[in-house]
Amino acid sequence: MNPQTLMDGLIAGSMIGLGAVGITLTYSILRFANFAHGDMISWGAYFALAIAGALGAAFSGLLTPIGPFSFGWALPIAALAATVLNGGLALLVDALLFKRLRARNSTVIIMVMASFGAALTLRSLLEFIFTSKPAYYTNALQIALPLGGGIRATPDQMLSLAVSVVIVIAVHLLLSRTAIGRSMRAVSENVQLSGLVGIRVRRVIRIVWVLGAVLAAIAGVFAGVLVQIRPEMGLDLLLPLFAAAILGGIGSVPGAMFGGLIIGVSEALAVGVVGAQWRAAVSFVILIVVLLVRPQGLFGRAE
Amino acid sequence: MNLELISYAAFFLTVALTYAIMCLGLNVQWGQTGVFNVGIAGFVAIGAYVSALLTTPETAGRIGGFGLPIVVGCVAGALVTSGISFLIGALTIRLRSDYLAIATFGVAVAVQLCALNLQGLTGGPFGIGFIPRPFGEFAGNPLLFSLLNFGVLAVLVLVLYFVLERLARSPWGRVLRAIREDEAAAQALGKNAVKFRLQAFALGGGIMGLAGAVQAHFIGFIAPDNYQPILTFQVWAMLIVGGSGNNRGAILGAVLVWAIWAASAALVAAVFPAGEQARAATLQIVLIGVALCAILLLRPRGILGELRVVSRHLLKLPAAGGPTAEPNSKKAPHARNS
Repeated sequence: MNPQTLMDGLIAGSMIGLGAVGITLTYSILRFANFAHGDMISWGAYFALAIAGALGAAFSGLLTPIGPFSFGWALPIAALAATVLNGGLALLVDALLFKRLRARNSTVIIMVMASFGAALTLRSLLEFIFTSKPAYYTNALQIALPLGGGIRATPDQMLSLAVSVVIVIAVHLLLSRTAIGRSMRAVSENVQLSGLVGIRVRRVIRIVWVLGAVLAAIAGVFAGVLVQIRPEMGLDLLLPLFAAAILGGIGSVPGAMFGGLIIGVSEALAVGVVGAQWRAAVSFVILIVVLLVRPQGLFGRAE
Repeated sequence: MNLELISYAAFFLTVALTYAIMCLGLNVQWGQTGVFNVGIAGFVAIGAYVSALLTTPETAGRIGGFGLPIVVGCVAGALVTSGISFLIGALTIRLRSDYLAIATFGVAVAVQLCALNLQGLTGGPFGIGFIPRPFGEFAGNPLLFSLLNFGVLAVLVLVLYFVLERLARSPWGRVLRAIREDEAAAQALGKNAVKFRLQAFALGGGIMGLAGAVQAHFIGFIAPDNYQPILTFQVWAMLIVGGSGNNRGAILGAVLVWAIWAASAALVAAVFPAGEQARAATLQIVLIGVALCAILLLRPRGILGELRVVSRHLLKLPAAGGPTAEPNSKKAPHARNS
């Protein structure tokens, strides 16, 4: 295997992994496949785009690139604000839609369908506000630096990899070492019993929505930095995200990141063999193979 | 003027009826069996492409073009789609219910990719043209042509409707409802839930394929862009609005939602300047999305809800109540009565 292919795959895979961590969390704790997660990624990217644009217009000093990166301080600040706004958006969608469906004890499939409706609404709203023209955080060009062993990567790409790893570790620690993490895992095991032992289930659900939206916003900003920002960016990521989450095992945070990296590397390899136009088929093939061979995923438990 | 109006009405209804067929297919899967399909566009596309490949005249640079009769193309489209639905269903129907949703979403993405990239088979992004149209020899007379097309579709939808109604009332259809309402109870009665679900999923998929084939022959041209996720979304909106579980609701919903869609498109064209129209068209999708969520929240039964009693044997019992009895309650009454 060409080491550069592996590197490219890992970089793309870290983005998929970040999104998949959000999917796997909402899936295991809220108990349905949230088709709107991809569009939360797009919303995060566009929130950051709008805020970075406004910041850059107000204080042009914020646009000077930081060190080796392609963006100025406007983007990290905007990304931070975008995570907050995206969390608010998730809470709003929950309050308007999912909370009411939960209150009515709707079946899983009704929730999935509602998320499908929310996904199209969110995406079309983005397209209406920002049009479908691709956007970029910066027009600066970056030179890929040699890393040794014939591998090259831009500073932005290395930052994306590093941030993904840090975030996965942080989320994993949050789930395994903190009180709120224990409550989340309890709710994912059994909602009624967690309520009985005094866990505030509604609060846990709100926190999961916000956490998922924050992760989506970060994934969206990195996707925007490394590729481009389009209203359909989240839709295009959705199948790889689901494939990664199921491959890793629903509920497993390290599994989701690992699944994302596998899918990223497989895509990079497949592009070399069958051409870039078949990239999206890779996730489908992996999804089918996982469902066929090991439906509980690599790190999941059998139902 | 009047003739133009009739011609337009026939055209409008013909398009709406092609959606009604998709809706009937979804009703078998979702309304009667509770199996979720997020890849309707993909299944419709398979039927359309299979029929187009079989019936178009031979074309240089593209495989297919066998010039077969339209009916053969439509039947083949339905059968192939049904077979693919069966395979996907066999893979996922035993797993968590939303794995099937994710897998069908994957089918739609994969079909879209194949349609775009298998240029030698599908014509790539430009699609396939010159698909034979029924009554093509009358194309010179638009009124007669559109009326004939409408007639064919009306008969097809009616036949499908009666067959599906018959099926829903048959022992087979009643088992499907029983499985949807209480799988454990149905299994305790010796019904193989996986097998019945799979049959329903394949049947519904076949009907969607048929709809795709019929639509392709009606329009005469297909391209990958016709089969975007928005199509899946429209068909869902139609079934939910009309009333899932009710075949008449499926047809009514298709006509109604298509009318709203066409009217809002006309409104967008009239209100917004030409440069802004593509942008304003996205508001149409927002409108339908909000409407779908609102109906899920406010009136989950749709306009025509599901009939509570489908077995004609139970209608003879005075205690069971008529077909206009209470809306869709959670437990099917025949499960208790029999």
